[in-house]
Amino acid sequence: MENSKNIFNEKPKSSLAKALDIISTMVSKPSGFIGLTILVFHISLALTSPWFAPYDYKAINPSLMLNAPSSEFWFGTDSLGRDVFTRTILGGRTALTITFFGSIIALLWGGLLGIFCGLVGGRIDDIVMRIVDAFLSIPWILAMLLIVSLLGTTTEVLIPALGFFYGKGIVRVARAATHDVIAKDFIVSAKARGHSNLSIIWNEILPNVRDAILVEGAMRWSWMLLGFSSLSFLGFGVSPPTPDWGLMISNARGLMSFAWWAVIAPIVGLSSLIIGINLTADAFAKALGIDRSTKAPV
Amino acid sequence: MFFLIFKRFVLGLITLFIVSLITFIGVEILPGDACTSYLEREAFGEALAACVKRLGLDVPAYERYLSWAFNVIQGDFGYSLSGQMQINEVLGPRVKNSLVLASAAIIIGIPLALILGIITALWRDRMPDIIISTVAIFSMTIPEFISATLLILIVAIWLEWLPGIVIVPTDVTFFELLPNIILPVIAIAMIMTAHMARMVRSSVIQVMASDYIQMAILKGVPYWKMVFKHVLPNALLPAINVVALTIAWLLGGVVVTEVVFNYPGLGRLVIESISNRDLPVVQALGIILASIYVSINFIADLLTLMLNPRLKTLQTRK
Repeated sequence: MENSKNIFNEKPKSSLAKALDIISTMVSKPSGFIGLTILVFHISLALTSPWFAPYDYKAINPSLMLNAPSSEFWFGTDSLGRDVFTRTILGGRTALTITFFGSIIALLWGGLLGIFCGLVGGRIDDIVMRIVDAFLSIPWILAMLLIVSLLGTTTEVLIPALGFFYGKGIVRVARAATHDVIAKDFIVSAKARGHSNLSIIWNEILPNVRDAILVEGAMRWSWMLLGFSSLSFLGFGVSPPTPDWGLMISNARGLMSFAWWAVIAPIVGLSSLIIGINLTADAFAKALGIDRSTKAPV
Repeated sequence: MFFLIFKRFVLGLITLFIVSLITFIGVEILPGDACTSYLEREAFGEALAACVKRLGLDVPAYERYLSWAFNVIQGDFGYSLSGQMQINEVLGPRVKNSLVLASAAIIIGIPLALILGIITALWRDRMPDIIISTVAIFSMTIPEFISATLLILIVAIWLEWLPGIVIVPTDVTFFELLPNIILPVIAIAMIMTAHMARMVRSSVIQVMASDYIQMAILKGVPYWKMVFKHVLPNALLPAINVVALTIAWLLGGVVVTEVVFNYPGLGRLVIESISNRDLPVVQALGIILASIYVSINFIADLLTLMLNPRLKTLQTRK
């Protein structure tokens, strides 16, 4: 009795309460808990590290070259005598910032274009999807390398370029999700009421496809981070002496036979962040009832 | 069904046509043309004029696109800027080396992924699944350059079992290449296997939950007979397309892996040509890699159609 009463009296939950619900579902499983913990740790580290970094990240000191880890230099020093610990805790800041804003751009344009194509269909949909397909078939790395080598590796280039190239996959997901709801009665009735396309997208479709797009966006974030670090690793990302994990790994790689610490520290930093985002995205998808494991990385 | 295959084929061709436009326009609208960006500071006077003349940059863009596209259809990509060589000659050995690498990874990766995927699905949420799935998550999320670097550090430097980087000329023979490719193949196969195993797992789990499998269990079909005759044929079919996408996606990752191992394949050529600003080669690579992607997807579509009797009748009626 009490249960049935509850159902009728229940007020619609506020969005804050819903978000708390999702987070508590996410942390109820060990993988989600670990993922979210790692992610929160990395974000807080990125926000606070400049205030407690023990040394100057760009201070070159030839007399301290390739020192093994000690109580003075926790993670040792690199080939230019810079403190690896300092550079490692600072090394995620650029990557996190650029990929975070890149993901938001990717979500916005990919999601909106996908919903639009799913809604209008017909000729416009065909043309847009062909172009998206064509972009999907060009390896991202070739396109990104070409752009940064001709336009430079500044943040103003990297954020929109990454946002564009990782958004094209979201177009497909958003379009498919829109197709799933488009035939439902509430869309038909909104059309019958004479609502404009824009109002239908905003009020009827968006709330129903939001989950699928957000999950996709979370996943893109980890792929974008991987892509960005690969660019840095190849020497097409941030420019030295900015501390960045991809760049640090690439610089320390040549000397790793006797200075393994200089390459292991950034490897642990980058790997843990990417695994953290992945586990969080998976737990997020599961909490929203979406199964991601059947999808390919497009 | 024939119509459907034909339609897919035409769609693939249209995609490639758009790709050729994108690469051409992309190179065209980005600042600097092939000559100024290649010659950099020496881009003036006679050198520039000669280069412009040689690449035909003095004719309008659409004419250049048409003659370029026409030559590409005939398999002629023109001349590379840096080596003064025909791009075909540059590409030939690189394509061969990359094919060796990719096919070795695929030959190891696909059967392994099937076995691991099936094991994890059948022992779902028990020890084998938990262990394999955890390892899979690690190997598929960690960037290629990290797993490759770690492989070199552990296997080549600490254990000294295998050579760490590949030091061979580009036109090396197959048997000389073989011992050198073990580590790169492991690095690539690791990621590929993890992705595919995960997809096989969820596909098998889905089929196991279906009505006809419940029926088979109730009928008393022996467990392994049920797995091989009823579950796998149905579970592996949808996996084909996803496997194709994974292979195609790896084309990007292979670039990084080849750089880490100094492997003379297409991937390293991508980096070299972009560092040299050799735009004709970049264009050629864009088209070639996109064609590989499109053809892999086309083959996957064909396989799915041929292996699925239901789809045949369904689609022709439509």
